[in-house]
Amino acid sequence: MKSLAELKAIRDRMQSQMNLRDDDDSKNIRVVVGMATCGIASGARPVLNRLAEDVQKENLTNVRVTQTGCIGLCQYEPIVEVYEPGKEKVTYVLMNPEKADEVVEQHLVRGNVLHKYTLNSTNL
Amino acid sequence: MYRSHVLVCAGTGCTSSGSDKIIENFKTEIQKAGLEDEVTVVSTGCHGLCAQGPIVVVYPDAVSYSMVRPEDVPEIVSEHLVKGRVVNRLLYIEDDGESTKALKDTDFYRLQTRVALRNCGVINPEDIDEYIGTGGYEALGKVLTEMTPDQVIETILASGLRGRGGAGFPTGMKWKFASGNRGKVKKYVCCNADEGDPGAFMDRSVLEGDPHVVLEAMAIAGYAIGSDQGYIYVRAEYPIAVQRLKIAIKQAHEYGLLGENIFDTGFNFDIELRLGAGAFVCGEETALMTSIMGKRGEPWPRPPFPAVRGLFQKPTILNNVETWANIPRIILNGPEWFSSIGTEKSKGTKVFAVNGKINNTGLVEVPMGTTLRTIIEDIGGGIPGGKKFKAAQTGGPSGGCIPAEHLDIPIDYDNLISIGSMMGSGGLIVMDEDTCMVDIAKFFLQFTVDESCGKCTPCRIGTKRLYEMLDRITKGQGTLEELDKMEELCHYIKDNALCGLGQTAPNPVLSTLRYFRDEYLAHIVDKKCPAGVCKALLSFKIDPELCRGCTLCARNCPADAIIGKVKEVHQIDQLKCIKCGACMDNCRFGAVHKE
Repeated sequence: MKSLAELKAIRDRMQSQMNLRDDDDSKNIRVVVGMATCGIASGARPVLNRLAEDVQKENLTNVRVTQTGCIGLCQYEPIVEVYEPGKEKVTYVLMNPEKADEVVEQHLVRGNVLHKYTLNSTNL
Repeated sequence: MYRSHVLVCAGTGCTSSGSDKIIENFKTEIQKAGLEDEVTVVSTGCHGLCAQGPIVVVYPDAVSYSMVRPEDVPEIVSEHLVKGRVVNRLLYIEDDGESTKALKDTDFYRLQTRVALRNCGVINPEDIDEYIGTGGYEALGKVLTEMTPDQVIETILASGLRGRGGAGFPTGMKWKFASGNRGKVKKYVCCNADEGDPGAFMDRSVLEGDPHVVLEAMAIAGYAIGSDQGYIYVRAEYPIAVQRLKIAIKQAHEYGLLGENIFDTGFNFDIELRLGAGAFVCGEETALMTSIMGKRGEPWPRPPFPAVRGLFQKPTILNNVETWANIPRIILNGPEWFSSIGTEKSKGTKVFAVNGKINNTGLVEVPMGTTLRTIIEDIGGGIPGGKKFKAAQTGGPSGGCIPAEHLDIPIDYDNLISIGSMMGSGGLIVMDEDTCMVDIAKFFLQFTVDESCGKCTPCRIGTKRLYEMLDRITKGQGTLEELDKMEELCHYIKDNALCGLGQTAPNPVLSTLRYFRDEYLAHIVDKKCPAGVCKALLSFKIDPELCRGCTLCARNCPADAIIGKVKEVHQIDQLKCIKCGACMDNCRFGAVHKE
């Protein structure tokens, strides 16, 4: 290594990984994936992984992607909930990795809720 | 890319309670669950809460598990990592009985400010990329490309940083003294990692948890004073620290962050390790340098100070591990940031290794000026068994005790000196009502007697005589006349010993005399040990009212000193009794007491 730019390149590469270990309050958007048996059976794992990957790629330092148990709407799994302070919780249902990409790109990066995938869009 | 990181403490404390097995189990269980591409296991340095170890933290949820055993791992993997359900029974429980999820929400962490320990327990110390990922080596890059050596020294001076090894000498001043004739004479930068105080383990934790910070800081100092060679003098008793330092130096070399022409600026700097063989005196700067030169570790009289003539007779600066750990942050965040923490004359934070009679044994980093009460009661979780606080020893065998009346004094260098103790390197030993202060003074003096290098008479013979006087007092053979003589001897040793070891050796005696003279008098005049520790001065008695004649005491007495038949009141033969206390420990009716 002979330049600060090279050092910065390593830092940038590591930053998304190190961000995962921040436990301060700057991470105020929580993205929660239902990972009970029902969720896993309908494919929540690839969704969780895609979300985590996209958030790291986009370097969204204020987003924390975690898992939870059964939300209770097993037929709509995989379910992803987005909690933002001061806003109503958004529940995305019947998710898959491609939809997850869209959620990150539209909702988490740009702030547009993807109503077509939410629980409200269903006939429940 | 991983969605989850499992951090397992691999510091000395947690390793000794089996964290290496836990790491191994995590790796196999994660593989079994098919999560190896999603979850990674990271060995970190000390999290500080050693009493609750081994500690495991799962990110991104920041859930902390304490006292984890290797057999708990399958449950954490199948419940938490696969299904996202926190394993409640393993959460760290605070005093109020409510379990806390994130360590940062506990009283233990909430009141701390982590500067020197900022990366400990957060990064993998064996991976230079993780250190760089948290801003590592940026300070070195900054000084080499943007600052002149004098600006670096000015920055350290302005920060108000004082040496964390004990004496509290301003670090920038030390550097300034050694900065003349840059490029014309060979100079050295040394790191004192010979942490020898009983009960101190701050430096070990920094080296184990964040070794690169020391390397980076030493290189910065090398640039500031014009030196191209550093030495880290570390105790051989710290095998994990030594191992991680070796790895760190190797990785820094591979990246060109140590070696020649660093960042293409023409600056060269290299670091070598020197292992100490366990002599306490080698923590004293001149003795340490003598030892690095390959000679027997003995101090030399100052002046000349190391900044003028030190290692190999060349100008040398020597700083302690914790001091080094502050340097890169000061460069990056600015001296104003650092001096905004702490008190008027003591800036920044201080790490304490809190141990003894305290619930949360571990490492604590607080702003200078925090009171002892906050450290012991709020962060340390108080004293076990509802016992009463008696005193705390700071500075180890060179320091003094702080009694309950000074619990609310803001701790900084000057306040501690004014109450007869000293900051020392940061060992903080808490003592409760069951501790005999004469016995404690004797304990520390025994340590000094063992560790005195023998070069100067006041220390070699003086501490030995002092120890003998204390020994007589604990045996009930002391006289008031001797007490006066003892005080006189203390002052004589302080004034005449060659190095810091001898000059500070009488401190434990002087400070216990200052605050607990009544205990000395009780030993000398009444021939009693109020805390019930000094064996020669106490006798075990059986209360005839309470004794049921169960024979348990007699059966457990190793000296056959208890006489009595079944269902009859027992008695202790004081001539045979060796005062081991086995009868008291075994009595189910509380009939045995000591007086």
